[in-house]
Amino acid sequence: MKKMGKERPGQPGMDRRDFLIRLAKAGATVGVAAGVGYFLHDPFGPRASAEKPPGVLPDFIVPGVGKKIAIATGGGRIKAIDGAIEALGGMGSFIKKGDRVLMKVNCAFASPPSLCATTSPELVAEVTRLCFRAGAASVAVTDNPINDPESCFSLSGIGEAARSSGAELILPRESLFTEFTAPGSSLIRDWPVFTGAFTGVTKLIGICPVKDHHRSGASMAMKNWYGFIGGRRNIFHQNIHTFIKDLALMIKPTLVILDGTFTMVSNGPTGGSLSDLKKTETMIASTDQVAADSAGARLLGKTAKDLPFIMQAERAGVGTADFESLKPYRVSIG
Amino acid sequence: MRITIVRRINQAFFLALFLWFCLCATLGESFWRLRGWPVNWFLQLDPLVALGSIATTRTLYAGLLWAVVTVAITALLGRFFCGWVCPFGALHHLVGWIGSRARSVRERIEVNRYRGAQRSKYYVLLFLLVAAVGGYFFKLDSVASSSLLTGFLDPIPLVYRSVNLLLLPLADSSLRMVSASQRHYDGAWLSGALFLGALLLNLAIPRFYCRFVCPLGALFGLLGRYALWRPGKKSGKCSQCGLCNSRCEGACDPAGAIRISECVLCMNCLDTCCDNLMGYNPFRSLCGETLAPDLSKREFVTTAICAMAAVPMLRLDGRLGKNYDPALIRPPGALSEPDFLDRCIRCGQCARVCPTNVIQPATIKEGIEGLWTPALNMRAGTSGCQKECTACGKLCPTAAIRPLSLDEKLGLGSFRGDGPLRIGTAFVDRGRCLPWAMDKPCIVCQENCPVSPKAIFVKESFPEVRDGRLAVASLSGTTACLSAPVKAHRLDTGDFFIALQAGGVADRRRIVSNSGDSITFESGFSPELRASAGQKFTVQIRLQAPVVDPKRCTGCGVCEHECPVSGRRAIRVSAEGESRSRKHSLLLRA
Repeated sequence: MKKMGKERPGQPGMDRRDFLIRLAKAGATVGVAAGVGYFLHDPFGPRASAEKPPGVLPDFIVPGVGKKIAIATGGGRIKAIDGAIEALGGMGSFIKKGDRVLMKVNCAFASPPSLCATTSPELVAEVTRLCFRAGAASVAVTDNPINDPESCFSLSGIGEAARSSGAELILPRESLFTEFTAPGSSLIRDWPVFTGAFTGVTKLIGICPVKDHHRSGASMAMKNWYGFIGGRRNIFHQNIHTFIKDLALMIKPTLVILDGTFTMVSNGPTGGSLSDLKKTETMIASTDQVAADSAGARLLGKTAKDLPFIMQAERAGVGTADFESLKPYRVSIG
Repeated sequence: MRITIVRRINQAFFLALFLWFCLCATLGESFWRLRGWPVNWFLQLDPLVALGSIATTRTLYAGLLWAVVTVAITALLGRFFCGWVCPFGALHHLVGWIGSRARSVRERIEVNRYRGAQRSKYYVLLFLLVAAVGGYFFKLDSVASSSLLTGFLDPIPLVYRSVNLLLLPLADSSLRMVSASQRHYDGAWLSGALFLGALLLNLAIPRFYCRFVCPLGALFGLLGRYALWRPGKKSGKCSQCGLCNSRCEGACDPAGAIRISECVLCMNCLDTCCDNLMGYNPFRSLCGETLAPDLSKREFVTTAICAMAAVPMLRLDGRLGKNYDPALIRPPGALSEPDFLDRCIRCGQCARVCPTNVIQPATIKEGIEGLWTPALNMRAGTSGCQKECTACGKLCPTAAIRPLSLDEKLGLGSFRGDGPLRIGTAFVDRGRCLPWAMDKPCIVCQENCPVSPKAIFVKESFPEVRDGRLAVASLSGTTACLSAPVKAHRLDTGDFFIALQAGGVADRRRIVSNSGDSITFESGFSPELRASAGQKFTVQIRLQAPVVDPKRCTGCGVCEHECPVSGRRAIRVSAEGESRSRKHSLLLRA
């Protein structure tokens, strides 16, 4: 260097200013690299992913209403649901002004309403109307169907019924599901749950038909919550009774409505033929989902004791299997 | 000593060190085996590995911190790594030198002139980094995300992969130093084609890969632009003879306005300059410098857009979701597939160190993103995944396979609650399994199941063999005389039984020996049975048919490896149940 300096005194090449600028920039490069290395250094690497702590879904039970059940018979769906709700004190005792209602229908299959594999669209429309009349600010209808969601909502007529009665439709999108661990559940752990459907919701109503179900014995109000589960949820069929109980523990609805106008007595839960249906002309509305299922079981010719998930749910304290003890309001419509 | 001699010694040293580390990545206890040798050191020095994994994971795993050293030296001195350290560069240098020996000075000047196409390596770098960093800005789902593709062309993973999975197994096939039996690597030809192709291109243009392709070189070119010392002319009084260009490794045009970002610091120009004008100086070349690579805005934007489009195109096949390939079994400790792909640089170290050779580089069957990532092939190696081995995760330089303790792998100690780590679940193919499908005793799978209690249990049965009716002329004690002959010794293997059915009751006795016309069995039938009317004698075979207990199976694949149905095995591991993905669960927990 000395030699070079001697060779070129005052030559533009030995530019001290340029050298210092480069020194600063190279120094900055080194500094940035060292800083990034320091801050991002991870000496241990990723661990096995730890399970998230349990989360809690909102409780939609209306305080003070208590456990009630109404069983309306005859008169067709509209009159029956009107009668049953009236018997429970009217929709106004559940839905207050400004409430944002989420309606969980059973829209599992891309099947026409006549086959009763899905919630009746006229029932969806009528309950929506009742909610709005009671002052609801919004009503949203949702399910995470088994078949293609859009086909299900369109073929079942539920989509059209919701739209025409002013309810919003929430289709399952990946972003609406979060990994969720339900407290006290040994099964729902770090599992995708449709939590996005609950955003802003203040009241929850479950509405579904009464259906035969080969694995669990019956698909009714408690099993309807299966539609809040995402992922490869059929894995839970390995322990379905406990799973339905866990669903019932996780979801605390304002009201459940079991539509037994027709009961799918065979080939459930898909049905597929009118001969799978039996006219039972019963509408059950209850604040106690265990009692509702217990009453619904009768329509399938079963009792609560035939359906282990009902007895498990009762033992877990979700509700009572002895629905008669709730002194049901029985409404008979001409 | 001339600086170029020092450089050659350096290159030779680092190439030898690299090859030594490749050799050392062998499990064992000799001094030359994996006993603390820093076999990943070259990968850790590679700032593209570091930058890529920062882009996808926002962390810098363990030894990757070494990259800071490389970056620092490059920022101060220029692309020293390319010309002095890089083992791949040394190989290019050597082959290019061989290719240029017969060239005249004029030809050398021509072949080593700067070409505009040398900017392509910057686009390669840009493409790889944009693809890797995309997820930082939009991670809508697994499709619109980022992907770490640097390992395909990053020279250090490339040379590791090529030496480990191609040259070493070839060399070892006669030396038998690294492993007792020939190591096989699926699709090694493709890896080899890239490696040899890159080397052979040096015969056309020296350091072809370094000049036109190498994304790491491009990164160094950018990092070294402010280098304090830089090659250049010490005086403006240059005769423009152009000799310095004749041996220029980087094709950086030292005779003209030297392109600092292309210079690999080979220092040949210092040697070749007749007037001793060239030097490695703290000032810029007195004939001027060309600083920036010739990038155009249009090409830059096009490349970036292509990279952003490439990842979604690669991922639209849905392999990261429902359409996952159940035949893809990752090594134990591999992260969930998206996280795994965020880290794997395809260096092949896991496949190299795996003692059973069961870890294979995945072929194009697993998609472009899966290419050369580790996948277990239970048929290929000498066994399945060894129960007591955690070598692959310990060696993985980026924690794509995270380091496991033996306790965690086996579900012991504080991991007891989690159970053993599973890489999949074995399924019996009852249509191919000898006992299930063909009434042949076997259960090799059950015997070899390393889990305790075994994950494979058996169902015992005694079916009647084909044409199993025995024509018994007389029965005395433990011997039955036959009226129709049977082949001698056919039934005395210990698996055959003689069954006697009479009056609704049945009993069986193990056959001890048989000649052509009599059968001896271990103990006599009860007098009542012998006295009953309507006696029917048959030959039964005792079968034990394997059944997998999915709660115990870890997917290690020893059963699949050992299954005597050698082609398509009768018991095969499938990815269902692998610990790394809850979405692939087979069983409910609890």
